Amino acid sequence: MLKNNDISVVIVGEAGQGVETASDIIVKVFKMAGYNVFSCKEYMSRVRGGVNSSTIRISSGAISSYVDKIDFLVMLSPNLTGHLEKRITEETSILYDEAFKNPSLDKYKTFAMPLSSEAANAGGKIFLNVVAIGIIFGIFNIEMKLIEEYIRNIFSDKPEDVIQKNIQAVQSGYELGKNFINNNGLSVNVQKDELVADKILASANEAVALGCIAGGCDFIASYPMSPSTAVFTYLAEKSDGFNIIVEQAEDEIAGMNMGLGAWYAGSRAMVSTSGGGFALMIEGVSLAGMIESPMVIHLAQRPGPATGLPTRTEQGDLNLALYSGHGEFPRIILTPGTPEDAFCLAQNAFNLADKFQVPVFIFTDQYGLESYSLCKPFDANKTEIKDFIVKTDQNYQRYKLTDDGISPRGIPVHGDGLVKLDSDEHDEDSHITEDLDLRVKMVDKRLKKFDLIKKEIYEPELLGNDSYKTLLIGWGSTCNGIKEALCHLNNPDIAFLYFKQVYPLSEKTLAYLEKAKNTVCFENNATGQFANLIRQETGFTIHHKILKYNGLPFSVEELVNKIQDLI
Amino acid sequence: MDYDRKDIDIAWCPGCGDFAILKILKDALTELNISPENSVLVSGIGQAAKLPHYLNCNFFNGLHGRALPPATAIKVCNPNLNVMVVSGDGDVYGEGGNHFIHTIRRNPNISVIVCNNMVYGLTKGQASPTSLKDYKTSVQTHGVTNEPFNPLAIAISQDASFVARAFCGDALQTKEIFKKAITHKGFSLVDVFQPCVTFNKVNTYPWFKQNTYYLEDSYIPNNRVKAFERAIETEKLPLGVFYINSDKVTFEETEANAEKSRLNVFERRQNRKEKLENIIQSLK
Repeated sequence: MLKNNDISVVIVGEAGQGVETASDIIVKVFKMAGYNVFSCKEYMSRVRGGVNSSTIRISSGAISSYVDKIDFLVMLSPNLTGHLEKRITEETSILYDEAFKNPSLDKYKTFAMPLSSEAANAGGKIFLNVVAIGIIFGIFNIEMKLIEEYIRNIFSDKPEDVIQKNIQAVQSGYELGKNFINNNGLSVNVQKDELVADKILASANEAVALGCIAGGCDFIASYPMSPSTAVFTYLAEKSDGFNIIVEQAEDEIAGMNMGLGAWYAGSRAMVSTSGGGFALMIEGVSLAGMIESPMVIHLAQRPGPATGLPTRTEQGDLNLALYSGHGEFPRIILTPGTPEDAFCLAQNAFNLADKFQVPVFIFTDQYGLESYSLCKPFDANKTEIKDFIVKTDQNYQRYKLTDDGISPRGIPVHGDGLVKLDSDEHDEDSHITEDLDLRVKMVDKRLKKFDLIKKEIYEPELLGNDSYKTLLIGWGSTCNGIKEALCHLNNPDIAFLYFKQVYPLSEKTLAYLEKAKNTVCFENNATGQFANLIRQETGFTIHHKILKYNGLPFSVEELVNKIQDLI
Repeated sequence: MDYDRKDIDIAWCPGCGDFAILKILKDALTELNISPENSVLVSGIGQAAKLPHYLNCNFFNGLHGRALPPATAIKVCNPNLNVMVVSGDGDVYGEGGNHFIHTIRRNPNISVIVCNNMVYGLTKGQASPTSLKDYKTSVQTHGVTNEPFNPLAIAISQDASFVARAFCGDALQTKEIFKKAITHKGFSLVDVFQPCVTFNKVNTYPWFKQNTYYLEDSYIPNNRVKAFERAIETEKLPLGVFYINSDKVTFEETEANAEKSRLNVFERRQNRKEKLENIIQSLK
């Protein structure tokens, strides 16, 4: 199904050997050289040792998802994991260091190479990953000049001898890779693509962070937790250029409550967290519901319960967010599946939060966040930053009862009025009330915002033929994989409905579902949380739930096989 | 505009020490000429945490134990505001204990007034972190066995920038302490002894009178070790300003974007497009 114009390279090594750095350099150079490229990684929750791997795809056509197949497996350390071994076939060439012996590899197609001795020649074992980079560029016959240029660029703050050592390591690997192809009668046939030049190479991490900046975020208080930390550190790195206040909170409870304080003072605040951290923030979500504060929550999912699999992927926190916070109040859950959507939705999340005075979730997961793919440059101009803050007068009342449920939001010292917030049920002037008729009016007012929110929904996108018989359904990071599987199947009876917003659910959902003879929902969780939400909201029971919850994303092959089994 | 709110129904018990604290705070703010429009009172939950409702000013009455994080954020987002926290011992020292420690470390220029009655009032009489040993309640039926929390000693050990204790039965002295705390630059803590007339039959007005004394006039609150020694006295509890460290920079000042954060919040996020476009193009 996947041909030799679509190559998958895996680098495997211990934590600390620079697998990720190698992978990042490889994708960037392939992009510069004009190739379609994609990468994703899987790794253990440890700082040294273990077995980590990056999958890099280089293809003649556009690609943006994970595949099982491995054409070239470059091993920096002697060991593999069970889940990697499952991916090895007779098509897989394993390139390993002749310095280590691993008899369990003997059953595979292996090629010994002097990796560590070449690294030592260049200056030591820290150059092992650079030798591996060279091997891959050698296999693909990438112009050496381009590689050198890139290395000089990224090491520009290092002394010349360090740069030279890196270039030597990459050159020696390059020769190894070239000789390997020539001596074994192999060939790769991946063509450059002229469309690549205008695209950007981005991960959802960068997309979410840049989207938040574009959306006017100027305050983030969070607590580090995989896989949500990269958005936090990205904003910290850019904080000086964009006047963003960044604080590492003592815990997620503080982070969330600081965020609400920041919105109260006029900022556009966010938190970035994962399931366990978000669990601590939930009382604050309820506070946002009651005080009608905007809030933006980046929820980067990983497998639970509890500490779960800290570095792996899952879509298991939809219910957590959907029902987070005691009491009843509206919320918005956005689930971008591509870097472009991650940027746009993160950007607009701040406007939506501000306009409707509700918590807005941006849902991601480890796989989506840490995958690099090519996409159209993000367009920051598509959405303007719209402030919904009003200038107050002396008679200002924060919770004025209005027809549409939205009370104009003031901030302190912007106008002559006082701005008061209260977590108790309150009157229009924010004071504690036990007037139970007023209580009903206030609940109705808060819930009324739902009707307005529904008018500004991101509708699901249909990919494929409008006269489908089988409708595939997905949300968030499964999107690109399902799209690619759909292309491979090339069957006019199958279409894919991609949800980039799952709550409130589009009112058009039911019509899409009822048109299909067969509906299949793909989710990276064990219970089909989105399929269940669809049933709850529409009464429609999805025919098949294809669920994966071993901590890895769906591969394209897996998706194709599962779909073929069902039609 | 003044701080008075007319015709309000106050939820405290008659004789509650909170009435005195409300009046003293109102007088202190008025004498300091700080306008209600420029003041934000932040509180958590509890009887004391209702205090902002009884003053005419901006307020953020949030969650139990969570007054300090929003107060810190409000101050750093708009450093021109006078931000104060008024809440109880259960709120600040119990539920919010972690925030208490870390807000001292952060040192935002906010004043924290803790109405300390050594008991939980709103939940009807259980022990608070500051309840004395052997104090019997409906939960601590054999009496409190935990060591009482010593907020002053904790604050001084963390080099908090202003640490004081007051007794609400002495309005004049308490007002002066409040005024010093509010005008002090940096995190200031005033732990205010306050009888709970309904639930605490031990630590009453007479008890506080008999068991407290003022730090002597010759005491200079600039020595951390000496301040700590005074803070751990137990036979009679000292009142007054224990410790001041005026040299500390505030959170707003140390925040990398301190100067920028003083800008009007609307200005702060202007002109992002060009820089953003450059970053996006660099991903090509």
